[in-house]
Amino acid sequence: MASHEQRHVASYGQLALILLFLLLLTGATVGISYIHLGFFNVPAALSIATLKATLVLLFFMHLRYEGRIIRYSFLGTALVLAIMIGFTFWDVAFR
Amino acid sequence: MSSRRDTLGLRIGMWLFLYSEIILFGGLFVLYAVYYHNFPDFFVAGGRELNRIIGALNTVVLLVSSFTVAASITAIQREKPRQAAGFLLFSLGCGLIFLVNKYFEWGAKIHHDIYPNSPTMQDAEPGLNIFFSLYYVITGLHGLHVIIGMVLLSVSLVLVLRGRVNAGRFTMLENSGLYWHLVDLIWIFVFPMFYLVL
Amino acid sequence: MTAAPSFFENPSPPGLTGIKSWLLTHDHKRLGLMYMWAILFWFVLAMFLGLLLRTELMSQGRTIMSAEAYNSMFTLHGVIMVFLFVIPGIPAIFGNFFLPIQLGTDDVFFPRLNLFSWYLFMLGGLFAVVSLFLGEGFPDTGWTFYVPFSVGTESNVSLTVTAAFILGMSSMLTGLNFVTTFHRMRHPDMGLMQIPLFTWSLYATAWVQILATPVISITFVLIMLERFLGIGLFEPDKGGDPLLYQHLFWMYSHPAVYIMILPGMGVISEVIPVFSRKSIFGYKAIVWSSMAIAIAGSLVWAHHMYTSGMSDVSVFVFSLLTFLVAIPSAVKVFSWVSTMYKGAIAMSPPLLLSLCFIYLFSVGGLTGLVLGAAGTNIHVHDTHFVVGHFHFVMFGGTGFAFFAALHFWWPKMFGVMYRFRPAYIGAVLTAVGFVFHYVPMLILGLQGMPRRYYDYLPQYETGNFLAGFGGYLLIAGMVIMFVNLFVSLRNPRMAPADPWGGTTLEWTIPSPPPMENFVETPVIPDFPYDFRKFMAGGKGGGKGR
Repeated sequence: MASHEQRHVASYGQLALILLFLLLLTGATVGISYIHLGFFNVPAALSIATLKATLVLLFFMHLRYEGRIIRYSFLGTALVLAIMIGFTFWDVAFR
Repeated sequence: MSSRRDTLGLRIGMWLFLYSEIILFGGLFVLYAVYYHNFPDFFVAGGRELNRIIGALNTVVLLVSSFTVAASITAIQREKPRQAAGFLLFSLGCGLIFLVNKYFEWGAKIHHDIYPNSPTMQDAEPGLNIFFSLYYVITGLHGLHVIIGMVLLSVSLVLVLRGRVNAGRFTMLENSGLYWHLVDLIWIFVFPMFYLVL
Repeated sequence: MTAAPSFFENPSPPGLTGIKSWLLTHDHKRLGLMYMWAILFWFVLAMFLGLLLRTELMSQGRTIMSAEAYNSMFTLHGVIMVFLFVIPGIPAIFGNFFLPIQLGTDDVFFPRLNLFSWYLFMLGGLFAVVSLFLGEGFPDTGWTFYVPFSVGTESNVSLTVTAAFILGMSSMLTGLNFVTTFHRMRHPDMGLMQIPLFTWSLYATAWVQILATPVISITFVLIMLERFLGIGLFEPDKGGDPLLYQHLFWMYSHPAVYIMILPGMGVISEVIPVFSRKSIFGYKAIVWSSMAIAIAGSLVWAHHMYTSGMSDVSVFVFSLLTFLVAIPSAVKVFSWVSTMYKGAIAMSPPLLLSLCFIYLFSVGGLTGLVLGAAGTNIHVHDTHFVVGHFHFVMFGGTGFAFFAALHFWWPKMFGVMYRFRPAYIGAVLTAVGFVFHYVPMLILGLQGMPRRYYDYLPQYETGNFLAGFGGYLLIAGMVIMFVNLFVSLRNPRMAPADPWGGTTLEWTIPSPPPMENFVETPVIPDFPYDFRKFMAGGKGGGKGR
């Protein structure tokens, strides 16, 4: 089939920029961990991790340039993971 | 209708495999979430025992290696195999550094008698034992994936040097790269889970 | 198109001869057949184990075996049936053989990976065999391997879960192959709504295989770590929660139920329209219900745990969600029945087996609702009612679909036609034996007889005796069915390309198919179930009779 598809070539500059963001976010998450926010430490750390993961997925893993099949199926997988964790809490949180 | 050259198909296959890896770790994340809910205080206490700096260092190492792997694909696409090989070699070095760090980290913990079923852990509070069991299982499984990833990258490196991976045909490199990024991706979550729960 | 040599004469890759042309093959059809022999071996073995179990239960006290042997044997029966027969059965044999053909292509996307999956399957089976003879013998835990017993027992749990781990990988890789094939190898002219329903059901199944199987892999790894290192993640003394094991186990094993039943439903969706000479009723509804079952089936795992100490909220939520699964399943049943309505029905062994499927599966599904409702579940939990229920689904459903698929595609796979009379006799005997075998279990369960018990109170003796009697009928029926099929290989009556008047692509090519499936580029019909050419030409009934 479409064996000679046009592939996106990521420039070094773009990749380096993403790396810079990732390193800054790592610094931020470590920094925040020193500040005591009580409960809010957890959502903060998780949001930053999710943001970092999104950057890796979109740019390093080229998810941004992939077609529908890969994009939607990835979202589906993330949803399954969320269900696995979330639905277990129907039990654990109310026990 | 040969499948050999259908690079999108080959990538879809790889992504499907990655999904299964995500769910594999997902099972452990379920356990982590529940036990964190059960023992928040002990998880904080356990997290204090781990070295945030080494953890952060390992994060940086993996992020940089992810960058160089992505860059090696760009290099191949621009028909610069020697550059690509250099990037890959650098990534492999990063992987090695990560593993060495991990080795010293585990070694230090085991030296302090913190490992599953150790005398200290048997007497410790249940929450603490759970924290460290999860720590060993998750970082251990992740370490295993780092090793597999390094094997894949090494194979790609050899193929790049032999010219079998080139601008017209680089799916092997790309799929190994995807695997390596996944290893990074998982670490991005493992790092705050264990080192930053404070 | 006649002269093309069949895949039996034409090895892939070319040049291989003898046993090598099978063991190193990349041909999806040969792999399908190799799976078939392996899976049939396991099926027959587990079938006789089951018969021994029911013989033991036919009278009170010790009949033919010790209690320990009984415990190991029901575990072995469960493990083999689940991991080596029901899960791989239809996808690995008929999926491998027919999915590429129905999609109008020459092979699966990753032929070598396909071969690798077969070796994983054999390796997993080998591990299961080895675990029988090594160490303290086969596990006595039941196929669920519940902690803490599976961690504490002396028996050979580690090796058996390794076997299940490997088999899981094999199943996952098959799913991966199918999804990629579905998307990338489909004939360019074939739109999504032109795909045969069997392939659709395999596609839905494949997603469950990819996304659910890893959970059981990691769970089994944790059991081994628990046994070897004592990590304590499921041990209350060390802060662990044994219920989490059950959550993880059923997170896979409930969706696995849909891995087992969806391909069976796909088979029925192929058979019914062909022998009704009528387009399938509600094609799109069946496609969507397959996907809906795959999705909804992943949301209901904890309904296996109502009595294990979960929170009440959880019991309520999962009970509610469980009822959702009934909707798409019922959509399918109604579609099949509506397809037959006013159709020109031609009776044949595959159709008879499919009708048995519809009836038995409906009973299985409805008893499932009794179990899915939290209130009634408390009464019958872990009784023989459960055993009866899931055998109605797994055997009455998937098992009969498997037999129907065998009879439906046998002429295509081997190019020979079997005799109808023994097939009918075998099918009827199997179905009658089935009802005699499992209906007493439903009643025993309602009366309170627990499952997995070696002995029982006197009032349960009649029921158990009847069930055992039914078991012998059932096995006799299956023996007739299989002997009839195998005899057809020895005394061949050549089958034409399209003995039934089927309209999907596999019936447009010779029986058995040539190595590259399609010698000429196939013409993709606008709709896979258009029987007008058969009806208008008066070409009606099958030629095979």
